[in-house]
Amino acid sequence: MSIDALATLSNRTAVDFDTDATIDEARRQLEICNACRYCEGYCSVFPAMTLHRAFSDGEITQLANLCHNCRGCYYACQYTAPHEFDHNLPRALAEVRVESWERFIWPRGVATLFQKSGVALAGALAAGIVVILVMAYALRPESGEGFYAVISHTVMATLFTLTSFLPLAIISVGVWRYWRHVGGDRVTLKHLSDALVDAGRLKNLSGGAAEGCNYEKEDRYTMARRWAHQAVMWGFVLCFAATVSGTVLHYGFGIEAPYGPLTLPKIFGIPGGILMTIGGIGLIGLKLRAEKSLGAPAVWGGEMAFVLLLTATAATGLALYGATGTAGVRPLLIAHLGAVFALYLTLPYTKMVHVPFRFAALVRDAQTRKA
Amino acid sequence: MAQAPAELSAPFWDLIVVGGGNAALCAAIEAAEAGARVLVLEGAPKPYRGGNSRHTRNFRCMHQGPISVLTGAYGEEEYFHDLMLVTKGKTDEHLARMAIRTSESCLPWMEKHGVRFQPSLSGTLSLSRTNAFFLGGGKALVNAYYNTATDLGITVAYEAKVSHILIEDDTFRALRVTFGGKELEISGKAVVLASGGFQADLEWLARAWGPAARNFLIRGTPYNRGEVLKNMLDNGALSVGDPTQCHAVAIDGRAPKYDGGIATRLDCVPFSVVVNKHGQRFYNEGEDVWPKRYAIWGRLVAAQPDQVAYALIDAKSADLFMPSVFPAVKADSISELAQKMELPVEAVERTVAEFNRACRPGNFHPTELDSLATEGLEPAKTNWARPLDTAPYYGYSLRPGVTFTYLGLKVDDTARVSGANGRYTNVWAAGEMMAGSILGQGYLAGFGMTIGTVFGRTAGREAAAHVN
Ligand SMILES: Cc1cc2nc3c(=O)[nH]c(=O)nc-3n(C[C@H](O)[C@H](O)[C@H](O)COP(=O)(O)OP(=O)(O)OC[C@H]3O[C@@H](n4cnc5c(N)ncnc54)[C@H](O)[C@@H]3O)c2cc1C
Ligand code: HEM
Ligand code: SF4
Ligand code: SF4
Repeated sequence: MSIDALATLSNRTAVDFDTDATIDEARRQLEICNACRYCEGYCSVFPAMTLHRAFSDGEITQLANLCHNCRGCYYACQYTAPHEFDHNLPRALAEVRVESWERFIWPRGVATLFQKSGVALAGALAAGIVVILVMAYALRPESGEGFYAVISHTVMATLFTLTSFLPLAIISVGVWRYWRHVGGDRVTLKHLSDALVDAGRLKNLSGGAAEGCNYEKEDRYTMARRWAHQAVMWGFVLCFAATVSGTVLHYGFGIEAPYGPLTLPKIFGIPGGILMTIGGIGLIGLKLRAEKSLGAPAVWGGEMAFVLLLTATAATGLALYGATGTAGVRPLLIAHLGAVFALYLTLPYTKMVHVPFRFAALVRDAQTRKA
Repeated sequence: MAQAPAELSAPFWDLIVVGGGNAALCAAIEAAEAGARVLVLEGAPKPYRGGNSRHTRNFRCMHQGPISVLTGAYGEEEYFHDLMLVTKGKTDEHLARMAIRTSESCLPWMEKHGVRFQPSLSGTLSLSRTNAFFLGGGKALVNAYYNTATDLGITVAYEAKVSHILIEDDTFRALRVTFGGKELEISGKAVVLASGGFQADLEWLARAWGPAARNFLIRGTPYNRGEVLKNMLDNGALSVGDPTQCHAVAIDGRAPKYDGGIATRLDCVPFSVVVNKHGQRFYNEGEDVWPKRYAIWGRLVAAQPDQVAYALIDAKSADLFMPSVFPAVKADSISELAQKMELPVEAVERTVAEFNRACRPGNFHPTELDSLATEGLEPAKTNWARPLDTAPYYGYSLRPGVTFTYLGLKVDDTARVSGANGRYTNVWAAGEMMAGSILGQGYLAGFGMTIGTVFGRTAGREAAAHVN
């Protein structure tokens, strides 16, 4: 199915935020910032903002996805409540951001369910485990070594190919619609490399000249969120590399799991899993301490469930390795695959979409940045 | 942070600092680092702590070569010369030079105590040599100092309003404070007064300025009402500065009565035709570049009926100045604009038509004095005079916005306050409270924070030395 065809599946091809109260509130606040500009050193949102005098819906959506919710601008703001300007830019942008994801991703409404409700996501996890359990017993292979004594490799591969293709296709369409909405230009290698560097360093959580963000200790700066996120992000990249290398070993060389400690899947997977688990636990702790009203409070539960799911996926993967050769393999494999299954299937509808959307926003920012 | 009145009145403090803005915090930090037990009494509730300092953007800093975010060099003589230009000589040279010289060592001190500066960005490049910009502005600076104060074990009480300074035989004994619904008397070995000017007390302004002052807008905090200043003057403290002087600029007429801060500034005047409520022009809008002429427009508008004026521009100029916080009134014709702004339509049409006729062809340069002047018009517009002829037309209302007052306490170069019989033994003052000594008139961007930092630190150090 082509991207265009998928896009027309959606009931709304052109997204129109005109009457949207969330966008209007963000616009009101951005206009105050644009007259003030005290915060221009914190992140890329402010330099991008000052390129405009009036803000179209697309520009606001772009700024919202560029915002890293570091909260520096909130604690520095002379106009926060009880001031009558009632300024809270991190929240206004967080709400636009989540709404933009919900609207760009097909089908609408599903995202609302998972973004807003941790219970729904926990339900997905439970369902994932049940599915894997049923598979494991119904399709128990006649023969097979190691992991594949629990579930045959073909079943596993088919299942994951299916469940990963659809979410990725849906997300691609969503991002493509985002790109059109924010007026993105032709992407060059330079734009991509700029965006990759910004994302890789998570530059916008550095606070500019400050030492980090104001996420969990009110107006004090810390690097904790940046480091925790780096751990999750790079851990995820490593785990992904582990999966790819495993696939190559399996199909290219006929070497089947479980892999020994000095094979690529393990060399990538173990540090990756450890980083993701530690980082995930870090993010959970930070999220519990941070002030909810400076993000989008309506999706706090869904976000928390997402981080938990991500962390659980990594942790069960690690535990599975640790349990090699013990009776723990069977339940851990089922739990791990269930988590992976739930994570993948809900991919377009959870906070996971922040990855492509924010990356697109960084690419767009690289395009508009002043020389 | 102190919660209960008993916590405050029980101990005998080494140093009590009155106020909770930049000057107060610099004093408190210096004194605490010298080992003093320090109490800070901030009259405002926590969200509004930091007075006018929370609205600031930068401070002006002398430097021999590039330091931190500052480029080039900015020496004592040039700095002093800039000060003389705005004050027209109304300055105490000795104190001014001390402030200027000390500013250089303030920058690293500020960084050491948590203040972060913004690397110079293209938009503000012209100021990156003389002024260091606080990352996030003055509120971020104030936050950093409160965190430092907390780490140093300084006690801070919010909503602690000081009304009386008890002085016996040139020596401070105690002060009277309203805190937690109680009237307390708190004693200490020394006091630093850093509670700002009196500009938020409209009645006081009206006494000095006349009733028109009740229509002024106050750009900064509503908590600087000058109670402490008044009490000290009643005590016989010597004053400097002129009570009728205040620094007022023309800001958006729709700004909040208090605390509108920087976002309510309007930079459109040089490109405008400015009329009063009768639709008449009253001053040369093109006299000089903004912001040099920024300050005088506060007084000009204050002198107009109802203390209001209206700046009218057309589509050609709409993007030539900083965006404003409130949207302009927009119309397709001058008469419609006048109508929407509730101005006399015919008078405005006549004024604009006369103005347009007086405009001459020539080269328009928005960023420099371009001598594109009107001919045969009274008052003339001597730069940027372009006819208003391109729809849509835009209008803003202007009102005087008071930044601060000049009347303050007389101090010496150790920031010690003088009474009728000479210096008090243990009373210091810093910041706006004594800034009039140096800045007797006019305003030099960034100098308010310089004075507060230099004299705040000096006061804290001297007071700590006194009690130790
Ligand atoms: C909008 C605006 C922008 C400005 N921008 C700049 C700039 O960029 N750079 C610059 O150098 N200057 C700027 N200024 C001027 C600058 O704000 C002042 O010079 C400086 O803040 C003075 O500091 P301060 O500590 O003396 O007073 P403040 O910061 O005003 O502090 C006074 C404190 O005293 C407290 N207080 C008042 N009365 C009492 C009482 N009775 N009991 C207890 N506490 C009391 C107040 O709550 C407040 O905390 C600006 C001013 C305004 C209004
Ligand atoms: C393009 C690269 C990425 C960018 C720019 C990015 C950016 C961000 C930002 C700015 C936040 C915090 C803001 C907010 O809470 O809204 C965040 C949170 C998070 N990101 Fe990323 N991210 C990227 C990639 C990833 C990857 C690959 C993962 C791993 C799967 C990941 C996992 C997370 C998690 C778990 C959170 C915490 C969510 C929470 O606290 O609610 N991110 N990311
Ligand atoms: S967040 Fe507040 S202080 Fe910062 S630029 Fe916006 S209005 Fe100004
Ligand atoms: S919350 Fe942080 S990233 Fe978002 S706009 Fe404010 S300063 Fe920028």
